[in-house]
Amino acid sequence: MTALPPFQTVLDDHSGAVMAILRGAVGRQGAEDCFQETFLAALRAYPKLEDDRNLRGWLLTIAHRKAIDHHRLAGREPVPMADPAELAAVDGMPEPDEGLWAAVDALPPKQRAAVALRYGSDLPHGEIAAALACSPEAARRSLHEGLKRLRRELG
Amino acid sequence: MKAATDGAVERLKARAAEEGLLDVAYATVDSPFGPLLLARTRKGLVRVGLPNQDRDELLIDLAARVSPRVLESPAELEEARRELDLYFDGKLDSFGLPLDWRLSGGFRQRVLRAINRIPYGQTRSYTEMARRAGNERAVRAAGTACGSNPIPLVVPCHRVLRSGGALGGYGGGLPMKRALLSLEGVLDEGPDR
Repeated sequence: MTALPPFQTVLDDHSGAVMAILRGAVGRQGAEDCFQETFLAALRAYPKLEDDRNLRGWLLTIAHRKAIDHHRLAGREPVPMADPAELAAVDGMPEPDEGLWAAVDALPPKQRAAVALRYGSDLPHGEIAAALACSPEAARRSLHEGLKRLRRELG
Repeated sequence: MKAATDGAVERLKARAAEEGLLDVAYATVDSPFGPLLLARTRKGLVRVGLPNQDRDELLIDLAARVSPRVLESPAELEEARRELDLYFDGKLDSFGLPLDWRLSGGFRQRVLRAINRIPYGQTRSYTEMARRAGNERAVRAAGTACGSNPIPLVVPCHRVLRSGGALGGYGGGLPMKRALLSLEGVLDEGPDR
């Protein structure tokens, strides 16, 4: 096993992406709190992390869990939206559409994570599988089911 | 967006320190010889990187040998920076910083602890350091211990010379060793040991 890089490197490389995803998922107000919770949880677990090949997927998975916790705690639906202009400024982020994001948020957790990681963070299938700790087939199935459901709901 | 992330990162570091998740804090500070890397644990100063040493390699080494929870946090190194500034100005002759010796073990650590007791403006020989560490014949090992000093400047390995008075070696290069010894007023009179 190779040694883990200094956590500062992880922060430098991925804090922007984590913030962008969280703003999309919980809005500007909640993003700061979720960002703190995400990285504190990551720091706690970091020394025991066994596979550092997909740190971004690992962080985004934690961020998604924190975003889900945030929604549960706030007890409100649908998802508050980030400022579209701000989201559009982030590389690789799709133009947000309120109905679409609300529908994504309503998906079962695995499907939601798969869709968000694929289209929100632009991760390839293999990395999504690593992030979700499942097989590539299972990741592809979650993504497929999620997309099917979105098409059905958004007609 | 970037400014918001930077602010969030600053607050994250403060919380990480409060919650005991900041195992190694580091900062880069200026010195008359170039930038120094300072790193500390909760116990004390653990590493000083000299200007000719590769910063990224030092950080990777700290992550592997101490803990991967390594974060840049200048506030945590403020006291060390202040003392080093005073030292370079010739206004401090004894560091009061707590030290973390964990990067050296056994005989090497005993040599370095002996070096740490050499007073400002004085020099000792490698042979004497070997003797103080408990093995007079291990002169070469004492030299290796000096060369591997993880906390140079503060643990003053620049005060250790060859028995005849020749400078010996220095991790930061001999010009730096010479400059430190003249700052401390040793070299003008010539090493007397």
